[in-house]
Amino acid sequence: MFTLGLEHYLILSAVLFCIGLFGVLTQRNVIKVIMCLEIMLNAVNITLIAFSQYITPTALTGQIFALFVMVVAAAEVAVGIAIIFSIYRNRETVDIENFNILRW
Amino acid sequence: MLELVFFLLAIIAVISAIGVIAIRDIFRAALCLILLFMTVAGIYLLLHADFLAIVQILIYVGAVSILIIVAIMLTRDVRQGQPLGKLRYLSIVVAVILFGIVVFGILNTAFTISGNPPIAPTVGPLGEKLFGDPGYLLTVEISAVLLLSAMLGAIAIIREK
Repeated sequence: MFTLGLEHYLILSAVLFCIGLFGVLTQRNVIKVIMCLEIMLNAVNITLIAFSQYITPTALTGQIFALFVMVVAAAEVAVGIAIIFSIYRNRETVDIENFNILRW
Repeated sequence: MLELVFFLLAIIAVISAIGVIAIRDIFRAALCLILLFMTVAGIYLLLHADFLAIVQILIYVGAVSILIIVAIMLTRDVRQGQPLGKLRYLSIVVAVILFGIVVFGILNTAFTISGNPPIAPTVGPLGEKLFGDPGYLLTVEISAVLLLSAMLGAIAIIREK
């Protein structure tokens, strides 16, 4: 039996981040894109807290940064869903292929 | 024992993350996302970050998932997910290459693991770090302004003209 180390958390975080990245790049429903963004932010938080636990266990810097990441994620999802509603009211769709109002 | 718990949580997390992008019904995908958030909170507990685990459940499971479910409910006629976009194969290649690079970097880096025992209840030390003298008080204030402006911005965007 091997012991649980920093690498396991980092690899789990990398797996989650890459799944989230794949989802952001391929999903066509905008709400699903936001959900995949949340997966990526959670993966980054796991990395920060794992480093904080294993490298500097007494300084807590990683946990504080993870806290601020959560604050920014909450603000991001609120503004993002407001934008989705606003476009949905005009266009009656949440397909990202139709979200091209700003494009040339 | 901790290894068993970690692998259980990790397997549930990865499966539910795959479920988020693979399940066509977007409401079930949102439920998978909530399961992922809760397993991530469990992983925080494994890492002795008790305050952050509670905050994770409060903010993500409580607030963010409710926002996402409300968004799904209000755009209900397009609940079934569409097929994946045109960039599917390129995206698989990009994600796999990034994963390979990251894993290569992790396995080839000699991290200096500190032998100090972790701080057991983190609530008090986190508060001292956040509000203490060589602390993050300015960042706390800025994040308060950020939240307020995000709230006002969301209301301003969503308001009926």
